[in-house]
Amino acid sequence: MSIGTTGKDLTGWEDADVGSSADWGLAISVFVAAIVEMVEALTIVLAMGMTRSWRSTLVGVGVALVALAGFTAVTGYALATWLPRSALQLVIGTLILIFGLQWLRKAILRSSGRKAMHDEALIFEEQSAEARGAAKVTRFGLDWFSFVVSFKGVFLEGVEVVFIVITFGLNADNVPVAVLGAVAAIVLVLVAGVFVHAPLTRVPENTLKYGVGLLLATFGTFWAVEGLGALSAGHESLEWPGSDLTLLVILAGWLLLSRVLVSALRVPDDDPADDGLAAATIPAREEA
Amino acid sequence: MGFIRGFAQFWYDFIIGDDWKIAAAVLTVLVVGGACVLAGVTGLWLAPVLAVGIALAFVAALLIDVRS
Repeated sequence: MSIGTTGKDLTGWEDADVGSSADWGLAISVFVAAIVEMVEALTIVLAMGMTRSWRSTLVGVGVALVALAGFTAVTGYALATWLPRSALQLVIGTLILIFGLQWLRKAILRSSGRKAMHDEALIFEEQSAEARGAAKVTRFGLDWFSFVVSFKGVFLEGVEVVFIVITFGLNADNVPVAVLGAVAAIVLVLVAGVFVHAPLTRVPENTLKYGVGLLLATFGTFWAVEGLGALSAGHESLEWPGSDLTLLVILAGWLLLSRVLVSALRVPDDDPADDGLAAATIPAREEA
Repeated sequence: MGFIRGFAQFWYDFIIGDDWKIAAAVLTVLVVGGACVLAGVTGLWLAPVLAVGIALAFVAALLIDVRS
């Protein structure tokens, strides 16, 4: 599972045999991560479209998608072309590790009752109320508020997906499959949004985020530590005992640690002294 | 100037996120690991030790967060 390498994957099978096995794992990881981000973007888009202007909102979405495509091409090319393998592992491993631990932190705080569960319906209501109260400003023939908010929503959520696609894709030496996973998620969320015409509240977002956080933390730990070899004289990646199989051990370690932390930090339901704690530790928009 | 500030803010929010302590924890351990590698310490034990270090740093960041 090294950057830019081919040959054996985690299962020890040859790429030619099972590109499919490794590819499915890659595609599913990216797919789940993208679902989570796109559900959040959809909530923002629906709130703007249903309360302000569908035309301006959809233009904002379109411009954001074009910007994301450009960002993906430039960033992917730059990372793959200019950085040596171990440095690439260090940079993207560190990024993925920080993202993953941020997600894991929120999952632990939510599961232990110290932070409110992510609630798309509530966020939709907040966004809609904000949209109804915003002044009507028209620029380039567009309702500027809905254009800007939908653009920012889609772009910001999308950038995280782009990083996941690029890093997982480059590491697995298969960017097209990673892109495919992300595109499938986007299409699925779009179709669901069109049919339901409301925030996708039934998607088990908190559970998905927990899972994605574990995956990102696992791969991030593995790659960031490997990448420290960039600082050695030969710039060779550091070795893990057990090679790629160590990923399973790291995953188990993060899972176990997170469960221990959830138990240790759990707020008793009937403890009146903690009534304000959950609310106090929940910034209203610290959601992603 | 406003654009530069906005650009910097975007990347800060994107990478550091809601809790800077997580990024600080990760970077601290990686800096220590980098120092070991620069000093020529690259045994097979180094990677697992750094992984444990990352986990401990994460726990410390989380506990500080909860207690504050």
